[in-house]
Amino acid sequence: MKFGIVINEGPYTHQSSDSALQFVKAAIDKGHEIFRVFFYHDGVNNGTSLGVPPQDDRNLTKEWSELAGKHGLDLVVCVAAAQRRGILDEDEMGRHGKSASNLAPGFRISGLGQLIEAGIQSDRLVTFGD
Amino acid sequence: MENGEGVVKKFCYINRKAPYGTIYALESLEVVLIAAAFDQDISLVFADDGVYQLTKGQDTEGIGMKNFSKTYTALGDYDIKKVYVEKESLEERGLSADDLQALKYEDEDDDWAEKDSLFIVGRNDLATIIDEQDVILSF
Repeated sequence: MKFGIVINEGPYTHQSSDSALQFVKAAIDKGHEIFRVFFYHDGVNNGTSLGVPPQDDRNLTKEWSELAGKHGLDLVVCVAAAQRRGILDEDEMGRHGKSASNLAPGFRISGLGQLIEAGIQSDRLVTFGD
Repeated sequence: MENGEGVVKKFCYINRKAPYGTIYALESLEVVLIAAAFDQDISLVFADDGVYQLTKGQDTEGIGMKNFSKTYTALGDYDIKKVYVEKESLEERGLSADDLQALKYEDEDDDWAEKDSLFIVGRNDLATIIDEQDVILSF
């Protein structure tokens, strides 16, 4: 089956990113396809490369990046939601005259159309978060 | 089918939260406005505190937030013709249809006659409507 994943909450405050990560791993293990993971609302905060969780805790952003690298996952951060919350790639940094960018490896910034496309293309669109 | 062209799915956007206090209502509306460009079969549902999103006379001046309530009345221009409001959610909050903004669309198949796009439906009927959907996004 082809899954689209939506993550609507940031890391650590809510469990949604953890649950989504575990779901995606399990789905891949079972031979399913992940069409795309779309980060919306505070979910865009999963894409910051600047998080430094304690060493004995999980690092969700790093785990997503590694999973993306291993399986070629398409991790898409919503541009409008990201701009509000200060998640920028280098293009966005330049466009808005900011001094830094912070999008983690394996993530890309794109529009809400990517969410709708995931709904159209996937057999199931599964949402994690409020 | 390969690239999704020509595929029309039933998309349902369920709005459950008050318009202010959290960003879900505003960012849901942003999704809906983008989604309208994709030629899909769109329904909107307002239930629980989400019914407050459609109320008339919202005034956000005191809380320093943008009042985006007028945008709902423009949904008809985006060809969104099915907006379902849960009857019980209104009643539980002491609201009625009179407290909501009128939502209309112009029917191109009927000489652009202006028609209602807001429907107040009971919980059981709403369950049936939701059950018929292909993709549900709940905010």
